Amino acid sequence: MKTLRYQAPQSSLKQDPVVILENDELETTFIRDPLKGHPKTLIIIPAYNEEKNIGAVLESIQQKVPGIPILVINDGSEDNTESVARSHGANVISLPYNSGYGVALQTGFKYATKKNYSLVIQMDSDGQHDPKNVQELIKEVQEDGIDVIIGSRYLANNSYKTSFARYIGVFIFGKIASLFCGQKVTDPTSGFQALKGKAIHFAASDHYPPDYPDADFIILMHRHGLKVKEIPVTMHASPDKVSMHHGHKTIYYILKMFLSIFVTVLRNVSKR
Amino acid sequence: MPPRIQIISILICIFLVAYVFELVRRKHLSEEYSMGWLITGASMLALSVSEGLLKWVSEIVGATLFTSTLFFFGLLFLMVICLHFSIRISALTNQVRKLTQSIGILDLEKKELEKQVKHPTWQSDSSNMEQF
Repeated sequence: MKTLRYQAPQSSLKQDPVVILENDELETTFIRDPLKGHPKTLIIIPAYNEEKNIGAVLESIQQKVPGIPILVINDGSEDNTESVARSHGANVISLPYNSGYGVALQTGFKYATKKNYSLVIQMDSDGQHDPKNVQELIKEVQEDGIDVIIGSRYLANNSYKTSFARYIGVFIFGKIASLFCGQKVTDPTSGFQALKGKAIHFAASDHYPPDYPDADFIILMHRHGLKVKEIPVTMHASPDKVSMHHGHKTIYYILKMFLSIFVTVLRNVSKR
Repeated sequence: MPPRIQIISILICIFLVAYVFELVRRKHLSEEYSMGWLITGASMLALSVSEGLLKWVSEIVGATLFTSTLFFFGLLFLMVICLHFSIRISALTNQVRKLTQSIGILDLEKKELEKQVKHPTWQSDSSNMEQF
């Protein structure tokens, strides 16, 4: 792996950014094919009470994929998540109260559409997702005909240990998503994704399920003609995190997901 | 129908309709949300006052007791009102969600502008995302 510094050509009054690329494939993608242009990329990270982890996560991203701006969506945290994120150089959108993972994430997509970002990487704030996979996500999502890349923990050998309940949920909803999408979906709950162009606008629209955007959103994207692909990524065990699907929320999550998938399939859609 | 339950039912319906009107007059209840209650109160009042109407409706729904018809329609109207509220709450939740997101984005944009005003350079700091 070699490090390459690429200065995009000046196309406007504003100074274009410097992007660090680390392999030949990316060099091909970014430089040798000028028609593809230079993607305006943003990393979005929803965070709720993550002052302990967010600093290390941001440092790791800046170390492994420097030059890409990071937007943290502080979802009404009661701790110092916002100030820690700002002190680590991230831009922060602070929601006035805790609105939930999906709402925070969609805020990032809305910001990205407003600022004309053409490529968005979404990551979790607890350190589960390894930033070393970001470049691979960027490379894969730029392929023709691909709109969304999902990083799957089940396509790679990971230290990540899945609880039995979660595994059953992932298995069932993965099978359902696979059935409706006509392709294998192994990790519908993954929050490590790359979206480009139309997919970003779609996620920022009213189609987006604001509760738990998982299997239902994958099916929805497929039904709207967006192409989703999974690639293996490294996922680490979350240090001290309780899953957002725990306790009575698990039952609500399962029922809601079944209902959401059911109505998603019933709805009429117009493909692009 | 026993006269006592008829009188109580009529009084409750009159009180409900009058109270809803008063709430609207004081602007404690909007016209939109008062409609369901007024229709419920007026319908229940009509059923309580007119024994012929109550008998006719009871025969249609197959109720053997007139009071059962009153409870049945009272419950039905409440269910309709609750469903209407659920629809409205869903709409309001969506509106609040969009407002929340807009406030968050606008707040960040405001901070970015403040930085640009304080440090008016093309590349003010590493977090200036507009330049990427």
